[in-house]
Amino acid sequence: MRITQGTFSYLPDLTDDEIARQLRYAIGNGWAISVESTADPRPQGNLWDMWGLPMFDHRDPAGALHEINECRAAYPDRYIRVSAYDSRHGRQTTALSFLVNRPRSE
Amino acid sequence: MDGRVDRSAHAYIAYDLDLFEEGSIANMSSSIIGNVFGFKALKALRLEDMRIPPHYTKTFQGPAHGIVMEREYLNKYGRPLLGATVKPKLGLSARNYGRVVYEALRGGLDFTKDDENINSQPFMRWRDRFVHCMEAVNKAQDETGEIKGHYLNVTAPTMEDMYERADFAKEIGSIIVMIDLTVGYTAIQSMAKWARRNGVLLHLHRAGHSTYTRQKSHGVSFRVIAKWMRLAGVDHIHAGTVVGKLEGDPLTVSGFYETLRCDKADPDPIRGLYFEQDWVSTPGVMPVASGGIHAGQMHQLLDHLGEDVILQFGGGTIGHPLGIAAGATANRVALEAMVKARNEGRDIATEGPDILRAAAKRSRELDMALSTWGDVTFTYDSTDTPDLMVTPS
Amino acid sequence: MNGTRPAPVPADAEPLPDDASVDLSSERKRAAVDEILDSLDRELVGLVPVKTRIREIAALLLVDRVRARFGLAAQAPSLHMCFTGNPGTGKTTVALRMAELLHRLGYLRSGHVVSVTRDDLVGQYVGHTAPKTKDVLKRAMGGVLFIDEAYYLYRAENERDYGAESIEILLQYMENHRDDLVVILAGYADRMETFFASNPGMSSRIAHHLEFPDYTLDELAEIGDLMLASQRYRLSAEAAAVFREYLARRMTQPRFANARSVRNALERARLRHANRLVAASGTLGKDDLMRLEPADFLSSRVFSD
Repeated sequence: MRITQGTFSYLPDLTDDEIARQLRYAIGNGWAISVESTADPRPQGNLWDMWGLPMFDHRDPAGALHEINECRAAYPDRYIRVSAYDSRHGRQTTALSFLVNRPRSE
Repeated sequence: MDGRVDRSAHAYIAYDLDLFEEGSIANMSSSIIGNVFGFKALKALRLEDMRIPPHYTKTFQGPAHGIVMEREYLNKYGRPLLGATVKPKLGLSARNYGRVVYEALRGGLDFTKDDENINSQPFMRWRDRFVHCMEAVNKAQDETGEIKGHYLNVTAPTMEDMYERADFAKEIGSIIVMIDLTVGYTAIQSMAKWARRNGVLLHLHRAGHSTYTRQKSHGVSFRVIAKWMRLAGVDHIHAGTVVGKLEGDPLTVSGFYETLRCDKADPDPIRGLYFEQDWVSTPGVMPVASGGIHAGQMHQLLDHLGEDVILQFGGGTIGHPLGIAAGATANRVALEAMVKARNEGRDIATEGPDILRAAAKRSRELDMALSTWGDVTFTYDSTDTPDLMVTPS
Repeated sequence: MNGTRPAPVPADAEPLPDDASVDLSSERKRAAVDEILDSLDRELVGLVPVKTRIREIAALLLVDRVRARFGLAAQAPSLHMCFTGNPGTGKTTVALRMAELLHRLGYLRSGHVVSVTRDDLVGQYVGHTAPKTKDVLKRAMGGVLFIDEAYYLYRAENERDYGAESIEILLQYMENHRDDLVVILAGYADRMETFFASNPGMSSRIAHHLEFPDYTLDELAEIGDLMLASQRYRLSAEAAAVFREYLARRMTQPRFANARSVRNALERARLRHANRLVAASGTLGKDDLMRLEPADFLSSRVFSD
């Protein structure tokens, strides 16, 4: 059963190039990027396992994309998502979050 | 014409802070619009806007949750939320009602909704409706892995009945309840307090407002109602669609959205905002766009209304040729494709139709939706346009 | 990101037909690199071998761009570099200009420079180094990573030193992310030589070794003139001769830092100039406020030793 969490889950899975474009959008907005994974994608889903620390001050998607691929290599059978955090006053919350990997057999 | 002189003017009135009871919308409205509208000397009067000072703002609870907390509860970020009112408006039995909810939610909507006059009628009593709706919500949630909700309408004849219905909604696990504007300001504030105390989202349907908000000559502008409701503490409020079947011109509606969402609004007479308004960190209210909109307008909706909004496609979901779930899927696919394109830097206002057509190639549901409703538009002259227009240079 | 960025050649554009032709000088104009090359010529005195190599690299990348339009893809050239020379010879300035140039030619997606030393890369305890180095590398992606005094990464005498780990990670990224990142190492020539001898992996990944020679007396005087002009000062004829004498003496003394030393000397001269004017306390014209005199230099220790 294909779970439909994340901002783009009703579209075909994003290619690396499409992921890079979303990351570029996030970087352009000054959001910090983080990668997380889990084997248990419950709907409330706040606490997935973090892959490394959140990435601040990047000027280019390549760094985050590198981490995404490292995470995929380490956990090919987990759900992996990328989130972007908006730290502005009055916001201070996640601004974007989408899946970048799904288990082979959902 | 016949020699009569048309005399109308804008008047600005300042009230002393001590005249108002802290944290009371009932008192504020009684004070400001209590009797002055009935003066014989005035043929007509309209309250256009109010500036509420920070000292007074801080005496109110404000939204029980607000936009940021709502997203964190739903675990949904980066896109507008989707909803639909159950149709037909009236007359379904509880079990069939639940079926509509289930189909719409499992197809891809985030929320479904009781209509404003679904309270507790002979054809379907509230408790039965609540039970069947929650069965649908839970099943759809399990199947999709996403949080789902149905706005259970707890509007009732008395406050005690409202509490009874709201407590039951919470007991059976609903994340959200709704009330109508017609319950009155005091009831709305009570329910906002209940909502925060119980961790349940509070949706407000603005039933009845257009009796007094629509005519420029007399009444209260909706932007004032919007401000009052943000102070009172609702989490959602209907605020206009621009391109749908109900009244609302783009500039005025943009002013409403700004009033509901921003922390500091600057004066902008073109959009009908006569005063600055500093909300001193009061959470924002999620505006709801509902009324005759369909997937083919997704680019206009995203462009005009932004990301923090709930788009409700009642007829646009339930009337889909392949069924309700397909209608929901069509809307979700259209929305996600549009958000993705916007993030990639495309100009959705002009390229919107192309983006939708490209997405429709991968989604039969969307393809059918576009061919069914593609040509539906509502172009009427608005009755409530701003008094000031941008002069062409 | 500053300046206009010319549209990069889209990867999936139709290649030009075999018999098409391209006007190289208009390509060059589109890439807008001459601005940078000319400003390099104007703002940096001397450094002829460096400037020559930079023009050569610019030509290579320009031709690559045009080749790409014909569908003649080649693997992206390695552009990792090493700048050796004494302090104050222009290494950091050239690194900044290089980043901008590579960005204009579409080789780097962004033109930013992340400038670090050993302390930014190496941790103090086990497991600290890898995330530290990787974090720096990720922040530099799309731009240039400038590592000053890079040889400090390698401490042969201390076998528990974590610098080696950082070097390994750098090597990996320099190899695998050539499209995303350019690394420039900088430092003294002899120490860099030793560093490369013990780290052949690093040496083999550096495509361009640029030497930044010490400036000649004439060049130092010219640098001084440029600095004064930009600060809206000028030397009287006598002061010019004294300043030249100052430079000749200072060059031979320890801890001479080329352009930096020139700047320091001029700063001190400004101080003395200001004090001279205040002590004289008469009326001043515009030229008095701009003109440095011999007295502003002669009180330096350089003349008394």
